[in-house]
Amino acid sequence: MINISEVFETNKMIEQENLDVRTITMGISLLDCADKDLSVTCEKIYKRITTLAANLVSTGDDISKEIGVPIVNKRISITPISLVGGACCKSVADYVEIAKTLDKAAKVVGVNFIGGYSAIVCKGMTKSDELLIRSIPEALACTDRICSSVNVGSTKTGINMDAVRLMGEIIKESAEYTKDQDSLGCAKLVVLCNAPDDNPFMAGAFHGVSEADAIINVGVSGPGVVKYALEQMDAMSLETTGKEADFEVLCETIKKTAFKITRVGQLVAQEASSRLGVPFGIIDLSLAPTPAIGDSVADILKCVGVEHPGAPGTTAALALLNDQVKKGGVMASSYVGGLSGAFIPVSEDQGMINAVEAGALTIEKLEAMTCVCSVGLDMIAIPGDTPATTIAGIIADESAIGMVNQKTTAVRIIPVIGKNIGDTVEFGGLLGYAPIMPVNVFSSERLVNRKGRIPAPIHSFKN
Amino acid sequence: MTRAIITVVGKDTVGIIAKVCTYLADNKINILDISQTIVQEFFNMMMIVDMTGTDKPFNVISEELSELGVEIGVQVKCQLEDIFNKMHRI
Repeated sequence: MINISEVFETNKMIEQENLDVRTITMGISLLDCADKDLSVTCEKIYKRITTLAANLVSTGDDISKEIGVPIVNKRISITPISLVGGACCKSVADYVEIAKTLDKAAKVVGVNFIGGYSAIVCKGMTKSDELLIRSIPEALACTDRICSSVNVGSTKTGINMDAVRLMGEIIKESAEYTKDQDSLGCAKLVVLCNAPDDNPFMAGAFHGVSEADAIINVGVSGPGVVKYALEQMDAMSLETTGKEADFEVLCETIKKTAFKITRVGQLVAQEASSRLGVPFGIIDLSLAPTPAIGDSVADILKCVGVEHPGAPGTTAALALLNDQVKKGGVMASSYVGGLSGAFIPVSEDQGMINAVEAGALTIEKLEAMTCVCSVGLDMIAIPGDTPATTIAGIIADESAIGMVNQKTTAVRIIPVIGKNIGDTVEFGGLLGYAPIMPVNVFSSERLVNRKGRIPAPIHSFKN
Repeated sequence: MTRAIITVVGKDTVGIIAKVCTYLADNKINILDISQTIVQEFFNMMMIVDMTGTDKPFNVISEELSELGVEIGVQVKCQLEDIFNKMHRI
């Protein structure tokens, strides 16, 4: 039987260490909503989402109350819209019409984001893909809850450099379209390599074509819990041995904590799945920080032993953390997927912001860290006058890391129009605030302007 | 059987257990186990209860217990037992 110390340990995690379930994301296939008539397509999309997800938010709230764990977000991911709109969208305006329909549906069911205003163009772009991509700046500016993602490369296909170049321009354009809101549009747009089909986290969530009609995916969190466990571990070790814990104890502590966090996610996923009558897909066992004090991946890296993230040793500490989170988490759920690992966004993590302000953390070091973390360059504000080709160069670098290392990488950077190094930008809520970070000023224009694609690496030929 | 864990945390005072138990009895909730500690005048109690017999929905019980806690001046939480089992048992 459960004992009092276990009960109080769990409740302490919830009340003092920011343990929460970050998101229940319902994946919804819209493939059969495609029609050659735009208004019919929009009507079908609206009906499908508002029917399937009608009880998503209330079910999430009920589960949250019953087990006493906050479920922060209820969200929806949908089939990449370039596949659904191909038959009826002949212009950018047609796609924007679908975006408005999605936004309306999201507001009616009460989810805070809907992801999947997306195109998968890792090898080539169809006309429909290109139209969708060109509609992104306007779609993000005239809606509130849409998230957009574009997959520009994969280990199997190589990197579509034409899409990379285009995305450099689209990010700049999105920044311009939303310049009155500190270029907020770019915070809802991510460029990916090796994007997973079942990711529940925004902005990169979409419901891939390999998925069923509907699915429940759950993203767990809990950097604060890991940080507290490590602090306790070192305090206890110092008391008993006079030294800080060794790597074996450190790894054990992270694994045990990750196991506990993931089990909460597993419980929520099973409950949500049975109450909504929608199959359970995966648990994404990510450490997702928030701007709240103590809910920080950067703080965990500091507990492992670097003064600030960015100091030499940071990449090793992050590699260790990412690996132990996965090892502890896979024991807790048989279906682990999505991004799974540690997120290292800048604006959403107070410890990362502090590191940037202290001069410890640069974009180049963050890039190195993305080789071993779960995703990529995330929520980084850069000067508004950064050229589109430089942004495309950053995307190409990140994609290359993903392609060669067979992992998901992503770029979500915000060239904040009218702001420069020394300024800060406030996005609000979970998106946080960020100091503008300097970008290497040397040009990547000639590389980016070459046409075509970078071939798949040799180790992708496994057949 | 729907089993839940009720926790009570706060400054120790007369009648905490009595008031919580009266509420549970009134609502046909059976207590299976009680453990309690007092650390530096702070009262920590955990009850394992069976809620099968009650007529009220779980959320209502949970809210009413929380309100009762406010009256007494302690924090009362009611959670399904599943979360603790999941987290602490393989």
